[in-house]
Amino acid sequence: MTDLTHQNCQALLGSLSEYIDGELPPELCKEIEKHLEGCDNCRIVLNTTRRTIDLVQIPSEENPLPDEVRERLFKRLNLDDYLHARE
Amino acid sequence: MNISTTHDFSLEALRAGDRAEFARLVDAFSAPIYRLGLKMLGNTQDAEDILQNTFLNALTHLSDFEGRSSVSTWLYRIAANEALMLIRKRKSNINIEDMQPEDSDDVPLPETFVDWSILPEKELLTNESKSAIETAVKKLPDSLRMVFILRDVEDLSIKETAEILNLTEVNVKTRLLRARMALREQLSSYYAERTRRKETQ
Repeated sequence: MTDLTHQNCQALLGSLSEYIDGELPPELCKEIEKHLEGCDNCRIVLNTTRRTIDLVQIPSEENPLPDEVRERLFKRLNLDDYLHARE
Repeated sequence: MNISTTHDFSLEALRAGDRAEFARLVDAFSAPIYRLGLKMLGNTQDAEDILQNTFLNALTHLSDFEGRSSVSTWLYRIAANEALMLIRKRKSNINIEDMQPEDSDDVPLPETFVDWSILPEKELLTNESKSAIETAVKKLPDSLRMVFILRDVEDLSIKETAEILNLTEVNVKTRLLRARMALREQLSSYYAERTRRKETQ
């Protein structure tokens, strides 16, 4: 395959998210895997989509909330007494 | 990890005005709500406004909350609405030509077929790449960006995302696929271009 206009490629594209999330029934996964074995472009789209999701998730693992923002929030909510009670 | 499964809050205590329990709730959800604001609006001031308004709103409406959804879903729904309202407010002064395209169910076909997924992580996550990833997320239409953030950044389920945004699960899945494909396309162009640049150096 040189592009993704082929019917099987389009079907895979439509199920790509659910395949990545492990939400498809096993028989459909098998069909997709069979198609992937012979289709370089679909394999690339799958691999790079998976990686895209991984990459966007990595920075979000860090806590983005600065201490001064938390402090102002607690003051706004009249929760000053609990500022130091974080678990 | 899904936040809604890691914290239990006493709805009874919250409704009765238990400040310690509310402070615990604030601490559990401040970081994800601030991050949602940052990724939707793109600046710290708006993210802080969304954070404060979400909890002020929650405090005001706690007595109306019947517990039909989880506390997590309820809070995210308030935060998502705050973010979308602020976006609408910001856009009210923008020309119609600058508006993003209407939502549709079409999934655009991939155009770039470079397997950059095999590059080592330290190459994929240089400061320049991180900035390219942030820009790619910012470029998504608002309706796709919101679904993508809730599902792929905050790791909520399709069902939770649908409940938060008052959409069907089918609609969430379609938007998620379109968001992922759009991001993949942008990152593919970026890494292909970067690889070419490196080869010519």
